[in-house]
Amino acid sequence: MLVLLTAAADTSRVSEELQTAAAWLVAGHKVALGTVIQTWGSAPRPAGSQIAVRDDGAFLGSVSGGCVESAVIEAALQTIADGESRNLEFGVTDARAWDVGLACGGRIRIFVEAIGE
Amino acid sequence: MKRATLDALTDGGARTWVRALDRSDGSEKLIDPFSDESPLGLAARAAARSDTSGEIKIDERNWFLEVHNPPLELVLVGAVHIAQPLAAMARLAGYAVRVVDPRAAFATEARFPGVTLHPDWPDAFFAKTPAGNRTALVVLAHDPKIDDPALEAGLTSPAFYIGALGSKKTHAARLERLAGRGFAQEALARIRGPVGLAIGARSPAEIALSILAQMTQTLRT
Repeated sequence: MLVLLTAAADTSRVSEELQTAAAWLVAGHKVALGTVIQTWGSAPRPAGSQIAVRDDGAFLGSVSGGCVESAVIEAALQTIADGESRNLEFGVTDARAWDVGLACGGRIRIFVEAIGE
Repeated sequence: MKRATLDALTDGGARTWVRALDRSDGSEKLIDPFSDESPLGLAARAAARSDTSGEIKIDERNWFLEVHNPPLELVLVGAVHIAQPLAAMARLAGYAVRVVDPRAAFATEARFPGVTLHPDWPDAFFAKTPAGNRTALVVLAHDPKIDDPALEAGLTSPAFYIGALGSKKTHAARLERLAGRGFAQEALARIRGPVGLAIGARSPAEIALSILAQMTQTLRT
């Protein structure tokens, strides 16, 4: 999967996600950040991997191999709306994870927060 | 994340930060892991060194340590044959690669496409481009006039990996010269020589692979 290869190459870089988040804020957008806190089993992105989500749903980065991003983006948009941080967990025992397709067999915990004052 | 934290992380400086995040209340601290001697600072230093973000409990408080390291860098001294596959492989692994060799015939764009070439003597190069803790240094020139000053610069830097090409005999002679220049045994032990993991490598590409594998092992384990 090309997505995974690209993501792996990015882990050694100063975060492009944060650079982009800063640029979005300067342009007047609201931005939330999703961060992989912990993984179990065969999760494709390590702890510390981040996704930046803009108030119009645009995003950069990844927290899985593309499996749970849509759910994280949805949570991030809620966080942008209400300012509340969120702890998300996805795994094969989680019915919701099946919906969004975490088929790799791993489990991940993700923290979603607004970038604010 | 506070806006001030984001601004500090993205101000363009190639330096390491660790964000300590308490998810229970959303509070955070931005830590300079190489100057902070507090328990949290030391934990952040270990996380930064291993380039591994993760949770840790200090004084009954759970922190997520989020590591923000600058890019990895590989400085190859000696634009010799082995340097060509090593430069290409290291780029694939995410390193910014620089090749240093005062011999202009060696350090050519044709031999090293896409690599930053520095036709300088190593001491001049490191004086203007110091190695950091995300730098790997590999000396390959097989010429003490070129290799030794590079190793001296490496040993006085926080480079995470220092490798030197050469047989056991060559390496022993090299260590003796550097000891004569005032380097202690424990400092000299930082130099990996003969360079690379022992995988029976023969061709330049195989030797490059063994070196990149050893760099990865040093960085990640």
